[in-house]
Amino acid sequence: MDVADKVIEIITREQHFEPGKVTIDSTFAEVGIDSLDGVNIMFALEEEFKIEIPDAVAQNMRSVRQVVDGLTRVIEGKDISDLVAMAEGQTPVAGN
Amino acid sequence: MRRVVITGMGAIASTGKNVASFMGNLVAGRSGIRRITLWDPSALSVQIAAEVPDYVPTDLFPLKRLDLIDRFAQFALIAAREAMESSQIKLAEEELPRFGVVTGTGMGGAQTFDGAFFNLYAKNATRLHPFTIPKMMHNAATSQLCMEYGALGPSLTVATACSSSGHAIGEAFHLIKFGLADAMLAGGTDAPITFGMLRAWESVRVLASGDGNPSRACRPFSADREGMVIGEGAGIFVLEELTHAQRRGAKIYAEIAGYGASSDANHITQPSVAGPARAVRLALAEARVNPEEVDYINAHGTGTRLNDVTETQVVKEVFKDHARRLVISSTKSMHGHTMGATGAIELVATVMAMEQGVIPPTANYTQPDPECDLDYVPNQAREKNVRVAISNSFAFGGLNAVLLVRRFE
Repeated sequence: MDVADKVIEIITREQHFEPGKVTIDSTFAEVGIDSLDGVNIMFALEEEFKIEIPDAVAQNMRSVRQVVDGLTRVIEGKDISDLVAMAEGQTPVAGN
Repeated sequence: MRRVVITGMGAIASTGKNVASFMGNLVAGRSGIRRITLWDPSALSVQIAAEVPDYVPTDLFPLKRLDLIDRFAQFALIAAREAMESSQIKLAEEELPRFGVVTGTGMGGAQTFDGAFFNLYAKNATRLHPFTIPKMMHNAATSQLCMEYGALGPSLTVATACSSSGHAIGEAFHLIKFGLADAMLAGGTDAPITFGMLRAWESVRVLASGDGNPSRACRPFSADREGMVIGEGAGIFVLEELTHAQRRGAKIYAEIAGYGASSDANHITQPSVAGPARAVRLALAEARVNPEEVDYINAHGTGTRLNDVTETQVVKEVFKDHARRLVISSTKSMHGHTMGATGAIELVATVMAMEQGVIPPTANYTQPDPECDLDYVPNQAREKNVRVAISNSFAFGGLNAVLLVRRFE
């Protein structure tokens, strides 16, 4: 199973979605995944892939494709400095 | 002066998952205390508790919702649903800023933090689930109720151990009485039956073990009492300003007429007589009720050696000769000590006693104690016309809450 299939499986499981609701082209907004859901999904992916997703990467996740791309780069140990730069100015997940 | 009435009630406890079954079992003297089934209690010296039986949360909540609500907040939502339905209250959008929520809890999301710390310390987890904090925080139940019913008004959580929901209802009563809100959801909830929590309580040496007979374990005011039993559940009320309730033709269960809050400032676990007595007097004074008018006291009545003697002294000190004419019962003998929910659950029993004209008994009473020599309605429910009743909550830490309810006439 490739990374994309696994990501879709985990999102479907964590969100209690019907199979098929989420595809590689889904944005989080259109399937109703909010920022706290996003944090939960990142946690599940970290557990599944036995990796640590840096906050900067996690905060940029707004679509399934972004998750798959970001995750692939983390797994393969590639440079993520552009994601870190993008994270500047992003709205944090939780307030207070 | 604004008056405050109860127009809706909901309860979930070991003795029933709605007000009718809860009260039916209390009146029948049926205990909800049994061997713990939530996890294996074999390692504990005390292996009993008052669990909500046959509880299947997935039957009651969508899975996605359930991920974010600990058992204690689930109970609050269940009791609130019943309270809102029984009140038939429908608030217009412009009324929502004057509709708030106050809940009490002693232990908050105990299952969530017990589970999380087990993973952390015993299973060497290097990180914890991101929902741990939103589930375990003490205000989670209040926040969940606010979101469920769109309450935009003053909302908070009270944590005063065993008095939490007594204080919560009292504070909500005052928010309405003093003009800061027109309707409130108020009560308390707790789900403290975890291995860690029971282990900690065990060491305090105030728990009854039951000696192989769980339903008889809790024997308040009886000379052979051996302690309290931890329970779980929730009680939630709809409180409403009187004219607001009357305008919509609401059924009025009772008026909340007085609330007394006091601190012992004495000892972190030992109760005093003076502190609780002051709370009772304050509740009477606010309601402008003479001691002789009180028909029924739903006692704090934990079943510990110390509480029951002290509480008896409190009643004698405040009520003098009338202490022997009014009746007292401890329904904890059946639903256990539900911690932060207990004041609310017992107020449900108190209001229903008024409504039905039947006093639920103190179950498991076998031997008179010379130091507890009042009428505790032993073992058998008793028909009695109740016009005025009080419900006592006295907490570890010496924080006392007394609520006075009056039949609305």
